[in-house]
Amino acid sequence: MPKNNPAKPWRVIPGFGLTLGLTLGWLSVLVLIPLTSLFVMASGLTLDQWLAIFADSRVQAAFRLSFGGALVAALINAAAGLLVAWVLVRFDFPGRRLIDAMVDLPFALPTAVAGIALAALYAPQGWIGQLIEPLGIKVAFTPLGAIVAMVFVGLPFVVRTVQPVLEDIDSEVEEAAASLGAGRWQTFSRVILPTLAPALLTGFALAFARAVGEYGSVIFIAGNFPGLSEIVPLLIVVRLEQYDYVGATAIAAIMLVASFVLLLAINGLQRWNRDRLSRGAA
Amino acid sequence: MIEVQNITKHFGAFRALDNVSLQVPKGKLVALLGPSGSGKTTLLRILAGLDAPDHGRVILDGIEATEQKARDRGIGFVFQHYALFRHMTVADNIAFGLTVRKGKDRPPRAEIDRRVAALLDLVQLSGLAGRYPTQLSGGQRQRVALARALAVEPRLLLLDEPFGALDAQVRKELRRWLRRLHDELGLTGVFVTHDQEEALEVADEVVVMNKGRIEQIGTPAEIYDQPATPFVYRFLGNVNSLPCAIHDGRAEIAGLSLAIEAPNSGGEGDGIAFVRPHDVELRPPADGLPRAVVEQLAILGPVVRADLLLPGNISLEVELTREQHTHLSLAKGSSVGLSLRRARVFAGA
Repeated sequence: MPKNNPAKPWRVIPGFGLTLGLTLGWLSVLVLIPLTSLFVMASGLTLDQWLAIFADSRVQAAFRLSFGGALVAALINAAAGLLVAWVLVRFDFPGRRLIDAMVDLPFALPTAVAGIALAALYAPQGWIGQLIEPLGIKVAFTPLGAIVAMVFVGLPFVVRTVQPVLEDIDSEVEEAAASLGAGRWQTFSRVILPTLAPALLTGFALAFARAVGEYGSVIFIAGNFPGLSEIVPLLIVVRLEQYDYVGATAIAAIMLVASFVLLLAINGLQRWNRDRLSRGAA
Repeated sequence: MIEVQNITKHFGAFRALDNVSLQVPKGKLVALLGPSGSGKTTLLRILAGLDAPDHGRVILDGIEATEQKARDRGIGFVFQHYALFRHMTVADNIAFGLTVRKGKDRPPRAEIDRRVAALLDLVQLSGLAGRYPTQLSGGQRQRVALARALAVEPRLLLLDEPFGALDAQVRKELRRWLRRLHDELGLTGVFVTHDQEEALEVADEVVVMNKGRIEQIGTPAEIYDQPATPFVYRFLGNVNSLPCAIHDGRAEIAGLSLAIEAPNSGGEGDGIAFVRPHDVELRPPADGLPRAVVEQLAILGPVVRADLLLPGNISLEVELTREQHTHLSLAKGSSVGLSLRRARVFAGA
């Protein structure tokens, strides 16, 4: 083999073959092989059994809550996370660093602890629960509770992806918009938001994925009533406890495929958005 | 006419502007010239409504506008680093000021397109309408920023170091082009620069600023030929500043006696005389003529720079033509006679 392969650009740090090999090996051990085994196990099911699982209203309800709830939670997080990032970047106030550090707590806190705390707060006798109960809003032990927990665990993702991009926005761009006659809302919606859009979309996707996979905090607050406030991960655990291993892996496989398709779609959206912004740019 | 009256502005303890008043006549291009920290950009931002003064008033065409928001002032602003909207094409950037207008004020789409095309033509960027800012060179970006500011037909165009981020060649081209553009459109403009050459070349009127105050306002020729203060002398062009003694209306610098120029130097005692290098005349040594020794000679294209040493170890920089140089047959270490064509003395400085 010639030493100088013209098709292969020279790089300061070589080793494409080695690093790619390690990457694939690592991913195989950690991700691909366990997931493949999931599909192998699930493949023991006959078509009729698959159809029965799909037709089960309890399974359907769990999927609706897991994905629907995660979508709602991610949307709420996109808005709230943008607001938090905005406040942290744009304003200097006493305690800003403290709040900045607090944003990461949902990362570190064991989710079961968060779930218990949230359940205690939103229970009918809890601090928040007793305030909103008279208004007819029930959070604890309802699907709403699941969404509250999903919002909690997803918040840092949006804040941490939006924050650096927001910091990068030059205040001169906003001043330019103002000097051209744009109002505050126009400056925000036409200048700032489009610039933040890719980061916001990434944060949204991460928060969504986190909410779909969330287990610990949700099961403590949602009440887990079958067909009402039961999430897919819990349903899988329930099946396992009933020694229905095949049923559990089947539901897990469906969940995996659904998550993968959704994340792929979001990824595509990001790519499209990025290409639109830097068309042809070097 | 655009006017500011008695503007003062602090940033913390730092006084950026100190009781500044200025008028910008319609149709004129005015340069705010000064070193960094002299308050020129702050003054520009106050005119645009991007900063609020602590004291003083801004009056636009006879109407008090101190409290008016930037978006209502109808003042175009061009930033040093362009501040283009990077997610918009060149055409959308230029159209922005028109498309954010509401209701009746917003021109129909066809009219906006027509104006964008005309502006692209004006800034010589036709054909780049669909590009994004990241795909343009610095000079092109700055022209887009200018077209964007011109699209709303501002009553006043402000430019903050508009060519500061560009390399020398592009800067030179762009400032000639800006001057031509100004002459064609007849717009009123104020631009900030720390480059004296830029100010003298482009502006109708130059405002020299220092430490938050205006040192002098005048045409480029006035500013250069009759600097009002020692600061303006030092800031504009090369100048020798020579310590001198003032006595009986005459200033004496190391044996060069010169008649004092009246208004600035009523005092007696120590002073400083400013002499431009090209205002020193060299002659063959002769009796009664002050002498100096040539320390260094440098041939700089069409001119020759000579560093002379006067008695009392005072150095003096002189510029002479190549012909004079040949005629005098100067050499390092030779003695030469000299007289001053023009000098300006400030007492006590």
